[in-house]
Amino acid sequence: MIGSLDLATLQKLWWILASVVGSLFLFLTFVQGGQTLIWQLGRTEREKSLIINSIGRKWELTFTTLVLFGGALFAAFPKFYATSFGGAYWVWIAILFTFIVQAVSFEYRKKPNNLFGPTVYEAFLFINGAIGILLIGTAVGTFFTGANFVLDEYNFVKWTTPFRGLEAAQNIFNVSLGLFLVMNARVLGALYLLNNIDFTNMEDFKERTRNAVFTNFIAALPFLLIVLIGLLTMDGFGVNPNTGVVSIVPFKYLKNLVEMPIVLVILLAGLALVIFAVYSAKFLKRESGIWFAGLGTVLVGLAVFFTAGFNNTPFYPSRADLQSSLTIFNASSSHYTLTAMTYVALIIPVVLAYIAYVWKQMDSQKLRPEELEGPEAQENY
Amino acid sequence: MLEQIDLSTVNWARAQFALTAMYHWLFVPLTLGLTFLCAFFETIYVKTGKEEWKELTKFWMKLFGINFAIGVATGIILEFEFGTNWANYSWMVGDIFGAPLAIEGIVAFFLEATFFAVMFFGWNRVSKGFHLFSTWMVAIGSNLSALWILVANGWMQYPTGMAFNPDTARFEMKNFFDVVFSPYAISKFTHATTSGFALSSFFVIAVASYYLARRRHVLMAKRSIAVASVFGLVASLMLAFTGDEAAYIDAHYQPMKLAAMEGLWDGTTNAPVVAFGIVNGMKKPGDYQDPFVFEFKIPGLLSLLANRQPGSFVPGINDLVFGNKERNITGVTEMMEKGKLAVKYLAEYKEAQKAGDVAKASNALTEFNKYKQYLGYGHLRSPEEAVPPVSMTFYSFHIMAAVGSAMILVFLLYLFYTAKGTIERATWLYPIGIIFFILAFIAGEAGWVVAEVGRQPWAIQGLLPVSVARTDIAPVNVKLTFFMFLVTFTLLLIAEVRIMLTQIKIGPKEVN
Repeated sequence: MIGSLDLATLQKLWWILASVVGSLFLFLTFVQGGQTLIWQLGRTEREKSLIINSIGRKWELTFTTLVLFGGALFAAFPKFYATSFGGAYWVWIAILFTFIVQAVSFEYRKKPNNLFGPTVYEAFLFINGAIGILLIGTAVGTFFTGANFVLDEYNFVKWTTPFRGLEAAQNIFNVSLGLFLVMNARVLGALYLLNNIDFTNMEDFKERTRNAVFTNFIAALPFLLIVLIGLLTMDGFGVNPNTGVVSIVPFKYLKNLVEMPIVLVILLAGLALVIFAVYSAKFLKRESGIWFAGLGTVLVGLAVFFTAGFNNTPFYPSRADLQSSLTIFNASSSHYTLTAMTYVALIIPVVLAYIAYVWKQMDSQKLRPEELEGPEAQENY
Repeated sequence: MLEQIDLSTVNWARAQFALTAMYHWLFVPLTLGLTFLCAFFETIYVKTGKEEWKELTKFWMKLFGINFAIGVATGIILEFEFGTNWANYSWMVGDIFGAPLAIEGIVAFFLEATFFAVMFFGWNRVSKGFHLFSTWMVAIGSNLSALWILVANGWMQYPTGMAFNPDTARFEMKNFFDVVFSPYAISKFTHATTSGFALSSFFVIAVASYYLARRRHVLMAKRSIAVASVFGLVASLMLAFTGDEAAYIDAHYQPMKLAAMEGLWDGTTNAPVVAFGIVNGMKKPGDYQDPFVFEFKIPGLLSLLANRQPGSFVPGINDLVFGNKERNITGVTEMMEKGKLAVKYLAEYKEAQKAGDVAKASNALTEFNKYKQYLGYGHLRSPEEAVPPVSMTFYSFHIMAAVGSAMILVFLLYLFYTAKGTIERATWLYPIGIIFFILAFIAGEAGWVVAEVGRQPWAIQGLLPVSVARTDIAPVNVKLTFFMFLVTFTLLLIAEVRIMLTQIKIGPKEVN
């Protein structure tokens, strides 16, 4: 069956798959959000330790999902990979850099003789959680506001600014999207901690965590508003399906949501779930909010990627040369490669199943402070 | 396409790749092997139920975890460096090269990431059996990830299962199985992973020898050595066997690399192996200088290794550059002429297409198809450019081969004294074990120098030189990031070594 799919179907399928991986990453940024909460919520060494060990058991999943997002884009849309990574050089280098320092920080923070001392590793985690996510959001913003590149007839990329991608930070829409993702990650982080830690005899710590859910959500609202208003009012990029010519289309993204009502539904459902999660944590004192906010974040992510890539929209538009803009049709791998990759993708449900199983096994009992302080303590982060 | 080549960008990008890859390879081999050793140790624990084996397993796992973290840190940059520094490469071969990287993520990285948490934090949260299963999954996951990245590397050495598409100006995959089961993919995977197993065995032996020398944790050290010396011996024998295979396929698909490895300038029958020698670094293709200042040769051995046929002909660098009619070898000089035609007709085709001139485009395409297999050579500026740095390749190869052969003996000695039950008294052996741990690192890095420097100037052997593969970016950017990574990775390495040494000094928990 897979062998008989036509190229356009495969291209759409892979945009959906990449969107799913990207959106799952956004959910898993509860790790990064938690990293930015260590100093704010952890008043004592014990509380800090609980936060770090709670999110520390998931950091590799988030990291791996980001790597897979990059890998899937490379395999399915190599022109995007080449254009964006080679072109918007400094944005990606800065993002990668924050993930390099993150990767050692959980493991090395508490180990004796670690060269920098625990505070520096905690700072690394904060930088990854704040700057890393801000820049990822800014980069995703350019899916709507465009980037500064020209492709020659060999599809080699030339970037038209010396800032190599950093110029995206001049755009308020891009930055607001980034800040929204940072705040959302903090909401997710606090919700995750609320659900994952056994707060027995630590009511004060629990209250602080619960309040963080709410305050960070409030802090996210202005940025969400800027993003939504921007998205619904801005001139977007459209491609003529018959000629392949790219042009500026007024209210393009509003039109996309109207013409693809399912995406609008996904977006609204996602936002509603996040709001419900915050409400249930703050006012109903429930601990399960992470699942609602997590699903909500995935849905919002999907709506963002679908709006960027479907309905004759170039997902990586060029401000410098409209006709260089990348669509899911002109940036993809060949029919053969997409077919082969689709066979490989059949294993994804198995992967998700064992992740879910292990997650359940590991988190069925909540994390207790005693686990971090007993004779086994040296094995913890 | 090639008018404004800025060599300094490409050289900084190459330096950066060498830097990041070599740093990464400091940690990966230990991950590949130590994870299996942990799995062996834990299997013994589960089978015997003895607490000492559990503590022994936990100790090696702790060291594994410290090494794993920095392996991940240095790994992420490699995945994205293809895009940042080698954008043209990423476009031209992304259709083939991207797939193994994505597959690596799907099938391997998630195994590691998911089960790693169980391995470290699951002792009291999951059953004994499931914990053991998780440890094995981490071992299998890390080695599967090596498989896919080495499939990708193997394809760069020997591009197969693909064709050039002039319309998109890229290479496109035609046969996935040709890519996955290419002789290079298999050879790279077996040789690189077994080298990791051998190095990890030396790591365990070195740490355990340190304990034996200090008369600390004696029982634990002896047990660790018993397992590691068996694993190391098997691995080092396989390493020699797969190394022989690697040289054999180099002879067939990358003869220039093999010639550089042996410093063979003029092809000959009954070709010798230079057991050791000092290379004349001034020698250039076509001149009459002596290739060696001093050498000790074993006659006929290279013919045997390269072709498995005594007395057979092995081409030298000069034959490959200038051609050898007698032996039916097309030289680089001739391939460059044809390659330039391919470049020219491709440009004509593109131009005609832009202008909408169908007839001219079709003519250009017909001409292009005649020469397209030489397209890569059309980008070279001189035939000499096709010759990799001979000294570096030669010395790296010889260091690797010498250490690789000697390690078999060291493993044998450890195994012999363990079997005899006198390893505690063989104190003279301990420093050798520790030195070989360091030598194994050097040999592993040298092996990668042979593989990668030995195929210069090619990013993709014969198809795409590094000068075209690079990103169009001012050198200052790549230079800056080079130093950024140099400083960061060096600091992290220092932190890692200090943490590791401290943990080794603390040692495993003693069970009474």
